[in-house]
Amino acid sequence: MKQEMMQIVKQKMIAKDIFELTLTGNLTKEMTTPGQFLHIKVPQQDLLMRRPLSLASVDQQKKECVVIYRTEGTGTKRLSGLTSGGELDVLGPLGNGFKICDVKKEEHILLVGGGIGVPPLYELSKQLKSKGAIIHHILGFHDKSALFYIDKFKKLGTISITTDNGSYGIKGHIGAALPEYLESVTPDAIYACGPNALLKVINQQFLEHPRAYLSLEERMACGIGACYACVCHVADDPSGQKSKKVCDEGPIFKTGEVIV
Amino acid sequence: MTRLAIELPGLSLKNPIMPASGCFGFGEEYGKYYDLNQLGAIMIKATTLTPRYGNPTPRIAETTSGMLNAIGLQNPGLSEVLTTKLSYLSQYDVPIIANVAGSTVEEYVTVCDKISQAPNVKAIELNISCPNVKEGGIAFGTDPEIAYQLTEAVKKVSQVPIYVKLSPNVTDIIPIAKAIEAGGADGLTMINTLLGMRLDLKTRQPILANQTGGLSGPAIKPVAIRLIHQVSHAVSLPIIGMGGVCTVDDVLEMYLAGASAVAVGTANFTDPYVCPNLIKALPQRMDELGISSLSQLVKEVRKERQLIC
Repeated sequence: MKQEMMQIVKQKMIAKDIFELTLTGNLTKEMTTPGQFLHIKVPQQDLLMRRPLSLASVDQQKKECVVIYRTEGTGTKRLSGLTSGGELDVLGPLGNGFKICDVKKEEHILLVGGGIGVPPLYELSKQLKSKGAIIHHILGFHDKSALFYIDKFKKLGTISITTDNGSYGIKGHIGAALPEYLESVTPDAIYACGPNALLKVINQQFLEHPRAYLSLEERMACGIGACYACVCHVADDPSGQKSKKVCDEGPIFKTGEVIV
Repeated sequence: MTRLAIELPGLSLKNPIMPASGCFGFGEEYGKYYDLNQLGAIMIKATTLTPRYGNPTPRIAETTSGMLNAIGLQNPGLSEVLTTKLSYLSQYDVPIIANVAGSTVEEYVTVCDKISQAPNVKAIELNISCPNVKEGGIAFGTDPEIAYQLTEAVKKVSQVPIYVKLSPNVTDIIPIAKAIEAGGADGLTMINTLLGMRLDLKTRQPILANQTGGLSGPAIKPVAIRLIHQVSHAVSLPIIGMGGVCTVDDVLEMYLAGASAVAVGTANFTDPYVCPNLIKALPQRMDELGISSLSQLVKEVRKERQLIC
């Protein structure tokens, strides 16, 4: 982890309330593992807490990285107002990231993402593609207005899309698209990121799978494991006293490892 | 002795800056990012006799110029702290102040007895003011008689000086500070967080799973300054001041209020390098304000206090 004032290259709205922020700086050299996140200070004095935003893509040649976030509160709204030329105080990259070292050529990989859990899957998908894997994406969104990066994902593999209200793709959550995929393919590895309901489905479906991973989200303060704000219970712990910290022991956990 | 050095009971500090308990884990995390030897001391996370998971999540919420937390004293328990956490910190030449919490007098006594024997623990911070646990904790810090009894009990077993951490969540802090002084405490640390709450407009529910939490950050600094000023006039004990410290001016304002050293809490989360940055920046600011040394500043403030009294 390093701290750096990164330059804002550009920012644009890519879907309803969804913003794509491109940053440049030497810190990009450290950003090699998909699934890691940046801890970004909102440039407003009365907002103390950094925002954990996952890396959506990294371009080492251009020394640029992209984070995609949804405006939800005062901090992200303030961030969305920033334009090119400005600077942001960035800590990172943080977290363990997705384990992809054992992925082999022509293995079938399933990526499942929901809402603002979709962005980290893009860098993951790019890196898996470069390893020669065959990728299928199941991406869930609230409705048609919330869709983003569909064409980019299509270039990397096949795709199934669900929307809660059926305004695009299959109506329902990702559980509605899962059976059809599993009828034809048994994935060699599964990676999921999104809301807890989505993670619970994947955790249950692939509980015993040796290479199924979940990316968890939790409110955090320090982002480096010191404050103990973002803990989750460890599975198979009758005492209930064991925990894992999402920020530094996660955010990626194997299915069955922690209680979702 | 350099101009930043401060002598307190049990503590020879090369500078007055230390991370506050609960905001620095057990040092390992920040030890990956800078040399902890730069710090004046380290106040480690609260230690209880047995491991504690703490409260359900969400455990934190942002507030204007502040933060609410309801971690609930999560820690691996005395045995693990002694064997793993304090052993890790022994590689550094930094005095450790062990924060001790408990549910009963017996639990406090046992933990203080054992942890005070660790070679690098130079003082204990008695946590009788955590607002986030139902049993014990703050119950000991809001009743002068109980605070007196607990202080007296742990003083009998501790091998190192006892600093008692005061809660701001009381009607009158003076009787409690005096009771703790009468109980034989060697110093005070103040203040702990202020009890607060936030509600989510969409769900109509409290943001924190615990419903309430402790408010920290710059929002509470004026409360800390007022209470340190008040208590420093009422008792003779040295005070380690904390509560919203972010800048070197905050550090020096704590001194003017009556503190003899300063702990930095929530600011570590905003800027992980805040402590070494403050240590580096302090001499220049002292030059600008004509402060020759911190120990001299303490004497000046104490002399003025005697005149007021």
